[in-house]
Amino acid sequence: MTRTWQLAPLTAAGEAALVARLKRGDEAAYEELVRRYGGRLLQVARRYLREEDARDAVQDAFVSAFKAIDRFDGRAQLATWLHRIVVNASLMRLRRPAMQREESLEPLLPRFLDDGHFAAVRRPWPEDAEARLGRAETRRLVRRSIDRLPETYRTVLLLRDIEELDGAETAERLGISPGAVKVRLHRARQALRELLDPILSEGAA
Amino acid sequence: MSDLTCRELADFLLDYLEGELPAAQARTFADHLAACPACESYLDSYRRTVALERQAFADDDCDVPEELVQAILAARRA
Ligand SMILES: [Zn+2]
Repeated sequence: MTRTWQLAPLTAAGEAALVARLKRGDEAAYEELVRRYGGRLLQVARRYLREEDARDAVQDAFVSAFKAIDRFDGRAQLATWLHRIVVNASLMRLRRPAMQREESLEPLLPRFLDDGHFAAVRRPWPEDAEARLGRAETRRLVRRSIDRLPETYRTVLLLRDIEELDGAETAERLGISPGAVKVRLHRARQALRELLDPILSEGAA
Repeated sequence: MSDLTCRELADFLLDYLEGELPAAQARTFADHLAACPACESYLDSYRRTVALERQAFADDDCDVPEELVQAILAARRA
């Protein structure tokens, strides 16, 4: 797909000017905001939601941003501010009762013998495993694997590791306990590690 | 080797990495890791998994679909 608009990145002064135009209600400024940041926000929403819901969340996010622009004080970057809004809009569209459900990750967790040793021989990942696979292929593999995690685990993983919210904040947003956040984060990382293992341990002794 | 099992190490790995284990337990952890290649490589791959997550979502951008742009502008005017 070709870009309909080629927009040069904004300098701090350019960003301040765009915000000033938004505060004045300049129609063209709304459109510029959507074209500049819409793609990035859509990618964020897609981490949490399926395509149709993701687009709705982006629309919700921009509508909230337009309404709240008067309170935007320029201390955060516009991109950071919008990012936070779209994460919120995405979480609003996740079904909260579903987040409180315990899903089983059992098949994706490491297995142990009765004496507490790993059941399978663990091959270390060679130091150059990521480099050998290549940056783009590694990215695809990781994203595909995260998509395979059950929603309740994937959401916690994204909020803690990607958005870098702390445990308490994540718990509050999802309506679950901080203890549950911690357990899910650890299990989600373990499961993801397990999904990556066959590819990344390739070539190991 | 200490009496900590590999399973226990795997279960409490996050607490260990976040520095939330009491000092004595943290030392038991470190001793086990130094003596157990399986756990050492498990820890290494766990850490790399987290790093790979971050890389996988860095500079995440795409073109915004034209119909979405139009829908958002229409929603604002509504
Ligand atoms: Zn061990």
